[in-house]
Amino acid sequence: MSSGELRGKAWKYGDDVDTDVIIPARYLNTSDPAELARHCMEDIDAAFASKVSPGDFIVAGKNFGCGSSREHAPIAIKASGASAVIARSFARIFYRNAFNMGLPIFESTEAVDGIDAGDRVSIDMEGGVLRNETKGTEYRFAPVPPFMRDLLAAGGLLNYIAKRKKGT
Amino acid sequence: MGMTLTEKILARHAGKDVVAPGELILAKVDLALGNDVTSPIAIQAFRSLGARAVFDRNRIALVPDHFAPNKDIKSAEQAKMMREFAREFGIVNYFEVGRMGIEHVLLPDEGLVVPGDLVIGADSHTCTYGALCAFSTGVGSTDLAAAMLSGEVWLKVPETLRIVLSGRPGKWVEGKDVILHIIGEIGVDGALYRAMEYAGDGIAHLPMAWRFTITNMAIEAGAKNGIFPFDAATKAYADGRAKRGYEVVAADRDARYEAELSVDLSTLEPVVAFPHLPENTRPLSLVGDVPIDQVVVGSCTNGRIEDLRSAAAVIRGRKVHDGVRMIILPATQEIYLQAMREGLMEAFVTAGAAFSTPTCGPCLGGHMGILAKGERAISTTNRNFVGRMGHPESEVYLSNPAVAAASAVLGRIGGPDELG
Ligand code: SF4
Repeated sequence: MSSGELRGKAWKYGDDVDTDVIIPARYLNTSDPAELARHCMEDIDAAFASKVSPGDFIVAGKNFGCGSSREHAPIAIKASGASAVIARSFARIFYRNAFNMGLPIFESTEAVDGIDAGDRVSIDMEGGVLRNETKGTEYRFAPVPPFMRDLLAAGGLLNYIAKRKKGT
Repeated sequence: MGMTLTEKILARHAGKDVVAPGELILAKVDLALGNDVTSPIAIQAFRSLGARAVFDRNRIALVPDHFAPNKDIKSAEQAKMMREFAREFGIVNYFEVGRMGIEHVLLPDEGLVVPGDLVIGADSHTCTYGALCAFSTGVGSTDLAAAMLSGEVWLKVPETLRIVLSGRPGKWVEGKDVILHIIGEIGVDGALYRAMEYAGDGIAHLPMAWRFTITNMAIEAGAKNGIFPFDAATKAYADGRAKRGYEVVAADRDARYEAELSVDLSTLEPVVAFPHLPENTRPLSLVGDVPIDQVVVGSCTNGRIEDLRSAAAVIRGRKVHDGVRMIILPATQEIYLQAMREGLMEAFVTAGAAFSTPTCGPCLGGHMGILAKGERAISTTNRNFVGRMGHPESEVYLSNPAVAAASAVLGRIGGPDELG
C-alpha cells in the first residue's frame, strides 16, 4: 500500500450512503467477496457493479457507510475493484472496518466538491495529494494517524497482528 | 482534568490513569460478541491466523439471531460454521435456536454484560449496553477476530456530547420517542465519532427498558456509544443477573464535554420517523394520513417485555385492521414465556396478529415479514433506510410500540388516543 498511487474515474453519490444500499441485507447470507461485489451499491445505482473499472473511486458526501457494522460493505467495495472511497466524512464503524481491511479512505470536503461523476482522479498516498486530472485541480487530505498508517501498510489488522506475533 | 463516564471506563481498560479525546488506545475487552451475519467472516479471519485458542472462552458470545431459525440453505451454512467453531473452541456463551434471543436484549438480560464493562460486538447496535453504565460499541468482523485472539481492541477515545434530561414524560411517550426526538434534533451524524452521555433528573423517570432503547439507537446519530449513569434502577437490574462482579463508575464533576443538549421530557409527544432516515422525525400530531400494510413490534430496540405490554395494552379487546398484517417478535425466549404467562400472547393472537419465535427477521429485511414493492410498514425497529425491510421501493416508519399497535387497529399511522 505504501508505494501506491491510485488512479481511476469517479463514481459520485450524495450524503448518508448507508450500508444497506452498499450491500443490501438480502445478500448477507454469504460472505464470498465476488458474490458481494456483484451487488455492490445495487439499491442506489444498479449500474455500478457491472460498470466499475479496477482503480475507480467512490466519491460521496457526509456520513458515508452509516448503519450496520457489516464488513461486507468494505469487502464488497474492495472486491468490486474500486481502489478507495473519498467522502466528506465517514460513519465510524465503516471507518474502522476500512482500515482493518486495508481499503484506503480519504476525508476531504474540498475534493468532494471539486470532483464530478466521471472525472479522472489520482491519489498520491505518501505525498498526501489528491489530483482531479480532468479539471487540473489538486487537494491535500488530512494525514492518516501513524497507527492507522501501520494498519494500511501491513494490509489490514490481521496481517498487523500476525506480524506483531511473529515479532515477539 | 476530570473524565467523562466513557473516558473513565476506557482509561481503566487501557491500564491508564487518564485518557483524553483523540487518543488511540489498546484496551482490554470484557466481552466480545458476534452474530450469524458477522461471525462467519470473523471465524475465517481467526482461522487464517492459525490460532489454537481464544483469549478466554467465557468472554465471547456467539448469537445466531439475524437469519435464525435458518431462513435458507446459505444461512444454515453460516449458522453451522458458528456452531462448529463454538464447539471446537469451547465457547461457553453460544446460544442455539430455542435458547437464544436477539443479542442486545439477551446478553444484558443473561447478566453477561455488567456495569463498568468494556464490550465490543460485531454488530452496530452493540452500543445498547451503555444503558447499564458500560462502554460498548459496534466493530467489524476483523476487530472481532482480533479480539477473540488477543482480548484487546484498538479504540480512539471519543469526544463526549452531554445530554441533560429533565421533566417527566407524558402519556404514550416512551424511550423510543426520547431517542427519535434527539436524532431528529441533531441528525444521523449529529454525534458522529462521539459518546452520548445522559445526565439530569429526568433519568429517574426512565425505566431500564427505555434506557436500553435510547442507547440502542446511539448509532443512528452516528455515535460511538451511548451511556447512562449508574443509579438505583441500574443496580436493581444488574444485581439480580450479573454473572460477574462489577465496579461502579461515575463521571467526574469537572469532566470536559464537547457540547451539551437539553431535553425537557415533559414537552415531548410520541414521535414517528419517516422514510428513509431516522432523522426524518415528526411529532405524531403532524403525521397526517399515512395508510399502512404491515406493523412490526420487536427487535433489539423494542422487543422487551415492557414493549410487548405497551402494545398489548392498546390492542387488547380490539382487532387488527383488515388491510394490515401485524407481526410480534419477542426478543428472547424468556420474554416469549413471560408474554405467554401474562396473557399478552393471547391478546395479540386474538386480535389477529402473528406471534413469532425470537429473531431479528424483518428488522433487517431478512425474513418473517418482508415488504413487497410499494408496501408501507410502521415498525418499532431502529432503521428505515431504503430497502431495509424488503423491496427498495417499500417504506418503513419508526415508532414506539403503543403507536405501532394503535396504527395496526387504525390501518394508518395514529396514536392510542384515536381509538374509540
Ligand atoms: S433486531 Fe435489527 S437492529 Fe437489532 S440486532 Fe437484529 S437486525 Fe440488528
